[in-house]
Amino acid sequence: MSESNASATRITPGNALRPEDIAASDAKPSEAVGEYALRLGDDALILAQRLGWWISRAPELEEDVALGNIALDQMGHARSFLAYAGHAWGKTEDDLAYFRGEDEFRSSHLVEQPNGDFARTIARQLVISQYQFTLYARLMNSTDATLAAIAAKAVKEVDYHRDHARQWVLRLALGTDESRRRIIEGILLTWPYVGELFEDDDLVTGLDGVAVRPSDLRPAFDADIESLFAEAELEVPAVPFAVGGGRHGRHSEHLGYILAEMQVLAREHPGATW
Amino acid sequence: MVTATLTLEQTVWEVAATVADPEIPVLTIEDLGVLRAVTIDDDGAITVTITPTYSGCPAMDAIRDDIITALALQGHANVQVNLVLSPAWTTDWMSAAGKAKLEEYGIAPPTGKAAAGKVSVGLSVKCPQCSSLNTRELTRFGSTSCKALYVCQDCREPFDYFKVH
Repeated sequence: MSESNASATRITPGNALRPEDIAASDAKPSEAVGEYALRLGDDALILAQRLGWWISRAPELEEDVALGNIALDQMGHARSFLAYAGHAWGKTEDDLAYFRGEDEFRSSHLVEQPNGDFARTIARQLVISQYQFTLYARLMNSTDATLAAIAAKAVKEVDYHRDHARQWVLRLALGTDESRRRIIEGILLTWPYVGELFEDDDLVTGLDGVAVRPSDLRPAFDADIESLFAEAELEVPAVPFAVGGGRHGRHSEHLGYILAEMQVLAREHPGATW
Repeated sequence: MVTATLTLEQTVWEVAATVADPEIPVLTIEDLGVLRAVTIDDDGAITVTITPTYSGCPAMDAIRDDIITALALQGHANVQVNLVLSPAWTTDWMSAAGKAKLEEYGIAPPTGKAAAGKVSVGLSVKCPQCSSLNTRELTRFGSTSCKALYVCQDCREPFDYFKVH
């Protein structure tokens, strides 16, 4: 392995393990499959970056640890998906994470939404973990062996994330007046970005059997949310969907700030290892 | 008595199996079920296959380096370590000896079988200090992804629990 493609996240240059070594190194995805893997990987990567901010800032030590662990799981999923996606274009996971601009990211608007207060972060976690759980549970049956393997691994971890978010929604909604006010506000601020997750487009419909069609996930998502909200005495907010387009590289101003922080070191010192 | 001669694969496996998990040093990667396969091709190139417990497990890099070091000390230079995701690791792969060592170390081993699917009624986790079943989950996300933090309501000791997964 040459020094020029050494990973910026590696402990030992040229010597550590990368998911691209993992994710079926002899399996080269088509560009369409690569693009699909990019969507999944970018959601996980941006969410991991957002959640990492909470470490040392959460309302209690256990939450620092919980959100840190969830971020770490998401980072693991991102590395696997991006490593696999990169094979389609001869790029490494680090090329994709650190050396793409905003319009090249394929993440949803939901994951780039600001953390806000703890309740808003939990509302975002509820939506993304419920979505990812349903998605990965189905992606396990993908005809693409690598995507199926990553999903089978990820679904067990996301199940914990989902349970964590659901427990917190219950606790906040049925807690004090203030905690209830905040989770309702968090849900209200989050809901405009739910619709984008379930939008189909030509890429996914063209990957029948490989990709999971987002619209197919909606009924299960709605049923899970409705049963939780009934228990938490909450209502699904009647808010219009915000503009989407993240899957095609159209993002809000938030993503630029996330990328600036995430990418600055790798861009200042290309090829740096530590 | 039959004298067994170890094949090269078995010898390499036994060396790789001495590598400990850097986060739970009482367990070897064999105890954990992380060590999955050893193959040797015609040129003598050794491939050791391992699998992560969790996707983002930061111990995998260290385990890989430790395997290479352990084999190098035995004179095996041509070693590659592969990481595979499929089939996904589960706590069912942890050996009985591994579970016993965990408990002795003060970490409650996983209860029940992952393969049985989700158990919605929580199974009691036995306190590794006093063996009481009167324990309570403090937080599901513990010091590492694979562990949760519990407390014993009898002896009052907090302890880690290796989650079923």
